[in-house]
Amino acid sequence: MDVMLWVVLPYVTFAVLVAGSVWRYRYDRFGWTTRSSQLHESKLLRLGSPLFHLGLLVVILGHVAGLVVPATWTAAIGIPEEVYHLVAALAGAAASAVLVLGLLILIYRRRVTSAVFLATTVMDKVMYAMLALSVLSGAWATAATQLVTEHGYDYRQTISPWFRSLWYLQPQPELMAGVPAAFQVHVVAAMLLFALWPFTRLVHAFSAPVGYLFRPYVVYRSRDAGGSGAAPGGSGARRPRPGWEPSAGPRKRS
Amino acid sequence: MKVMAQMSMVMNLDKCIGCHTCSVTCKQAWTNRSGTEYVWFNNVETRPGLGYPRTYQDQGRWQGGWVRTKRGKLKPRAGGRLKKLATIFANPKMPSIQDYYEPWTYDYDMLLSSPQGAHTPVARPKSLLTGKDMNIEWSANWDDDLAGSTATMQDDPVLKHMSEHVAEELEQTFMFYLPRICEHCLNPSCVASCPSGAMYKRAEDGIVLVDQEACRGWRMCVTGCPYKKVYFNHKTGKAEKCTLCYPRIEVGLPTVCSETCVGRLRYLGLVLYDADRVTEAAAVEDEHDLLAAQRAVFLDPDDPEVVAAARREGIPEDWIEAAQASPIWKLINDYEVALPLHPEYRTLPMVWYIPPLSPVVDVVASSGNDGEDPRTLFAAISQLRIPLEYLAGLFTAGDTRPVERVLRRLAAMRSYMRDVNLGNTPDEEAAGAVGMTGQEVQEMYRLLAIAKYQDRYVIPTAHAEQARDLEEIACSLDYEGGPGMGGAGPLGESSGPPVPVAVENFHALSSRQTADSPNGPSTPGRVNLLNWDGNGRPAGLFPPSDRKNAP
Repeated sequence: MDVMLWVVLPYVTFAVLVAGSVWRYRYDRFGWTTRSSQLHESKLLRLGSPLFHLGLLVVILGHVAGLVVPATWTAAIGIPEEVYHLVAALAGAAASAVLVLGLLILIYRRRVTSAVFLATTVMDKVMYAMLALSVLSGAWATAATQLVTEHGYDYRQTISPWFRSLWYLQPQPELMAGVPAAFQVHVVAAMLLFALWPFTRLVHAFSAPVGYLFRPYVVYRSRDAGGSGAAPGGSGARRPRPGWEPSAGPRKRS
Repeated sequence: MKVMAQMSMVMNLDKCIGCHTCSVTCKQAWTNRSGTEYVWFNNVETRPGLGYPRTYQDQGRWQGGWVRTKRGKLKPRAGGRLKKLATIFANPKMPSIQDYYEPWTYDYDMLLSSPQGAHTPVARPKSLLTGKDMNIEWSANWDDDLAGSTATMQDDPVLKHMSEHVAEELEQTFMFYLPRICEHCLNPSCVASCPSGAMYKRAEDGIVLVDQEACRGWRMCVTGCPYKKVYFNHKTGKAEKCTLCYPRIEVGLPTVCSETCVGRLRYLGLVLYDADRVTEAAAVEDEHDLLAAQRAVFLDPDDPEVVAAARREGIPEDWIEAAQASPIWKLINDYEVALPLHPEYRTLPMVWYIPPLSPVVDVVASSGNDGEDPRTLFAAISQLRIPLEYLAGLFTAGDTRPVERVLRRLAAMRSYMRDVNLGNTPDEEAAGAVGMTGQEVQEMYRLLAIAKYQDRYVIPTAHAEQARDLEEIACSLDYEGGPGMGGAGPLGESSGPPVPVAVENFHALSSRQTADSPNGPSTPGRVNLLNWDGNGRPAGLFPPSDRKNAP
């Protein structure tokens, strides 16, 4: 069971995430969008969406700091464990409170605004369930283990090394065996969410428009820049589909 | 000098009768799909009025277009790159569906299936967004022909900008129609607002398009466009806009709105311009200089230097010839009767308008004077401040002089041609008074009033050697997946590879002839007449035939 959850599942998730995203990008660039519903409802969105997204960005930074950076590194640059814990717990709690609040506003909006609810697909609903599960279990894990006791649960001795061991390709599932249930639920939910990611509207996160900062305002593009499906040789005809190449016609009389 | 060609349009507002044929045919061709019910790439507004979407011209509120910074640079009014990204999670200046209007259908099924009773059944309006009963409170042309304008006209942003005496004299009503499409600007602020870089100006003919595969639905273009002519398809989550019917333009056909215009008031043709001077022209300090600055960006296609430069840029010979024969160039440069819509937005729009003389003529005629006498007309043009200032608010950033000049030319043409038609000696003085010769007046008359098809539309075809992958030149049905594909992809109906424009309509039409789900009446096989293209006899168009009583 441990191997299943903490070795097989992460690798399967990673494979699905990467392969799924590549497949989706190649097959369905047209469907690759935020599918924003701001046109239908703006007031709640203007409150909930920034709360959710900005909270999420802070939470992601926190995960990077907690999972990727080993405890020995922070100790090496002179940050004592107590200080790290205090900062991580407080910042994490604050960010997750903002995140949860934003998420609740967005879910409420989606359910109550009838135009928005009608535009919600089955996939959206599954995605929202998994997203809510990951976010709420993560917030719960922070609140229940980090805020109640003085030292909190030191995930940097168990979860973080396990996470890094996956990347070294030397997975250590035994590290996850004794982890509090709240964290276990959170990790599994997050993995399921990542596996679902390429098939939902969440893919818009991969196309964060950073390039906008570095390009000239007005974009010119030539008609033949796209280039897909064009026949070589400059005629207007489209490239024939495989197996449908025309036979050589009779030679033109000059 | 970097010569570029721009396909552009001029509309002669004197001839617009407000019949909305352009809007309807455009909608049938492009936006009769679920997700674009509220979208009119072409709409006709009654002026004075609120426009569509409501009060879109109020840039203090909607923040479209460009502003000139203190250092003389241009910046999108809604904010530069950093601000755009900072507000990407919820665009603070996006119009809501209520600012356009909530699209609806009627419960037609009720008329067919309700049981016999004492009262006539009623088809209630149902929202196409929620499927619920709704009250129709606004639409794309709600204040058509000044309907209800006493309640709304005060909010017309153009009127608000005019001096105060206007509000009191509003009872001396005048009105005219303003058909609007995308301006295909030389300095498009929608393109500048797109974080994904999905919007672009086509290098060959200047048509502004949205790459449907690259659009990620950030919605900034909707805010960026001061004319509010980029729309958000709420079904696919992508921006869509007027394409200037590029599949038709590429094969030398006029746009659908032009082709079907019963007043024959639209002109299409090329203008050559100097791309290097665009930014400079859009950034001149005084708003009143923008018209002259934009005119100065255009290049004379008969100038040998310009022709040589155009050849160096690879503009084909027949395109240069088309630019020389362009009615747009004549109307803008030779006769100087066309003016841009809201040059103060600094986007250098490329759909220009010949302002209407008819409000003035109507007033003169209704006061018992001769509406075609040049002296009376000239006097009326300078005295009737309201129409003049209003037109200036639309076309010249408030500067009445260019508008007055245009109206005087139109008045002179009117009286000159009346003399010609009545067999009198035409009054060369009337022509001379507006800086034209009788010959020029007659030529302008031919272009404006006779308006032959081949004079109105001078459209060179796209070049195969220049554009290898024109979808519409190749057989549109012959693409991956082929005809008969249709149906929804595994990730919902807006997923899968995009289909060529014509095929999208083909499939969309055939599937919509039997359903306009998800909203509306529930009987399967019912026909939404709005979406029906008039072909065939879709199932459900008529009630099931009763075999026994059939003749």
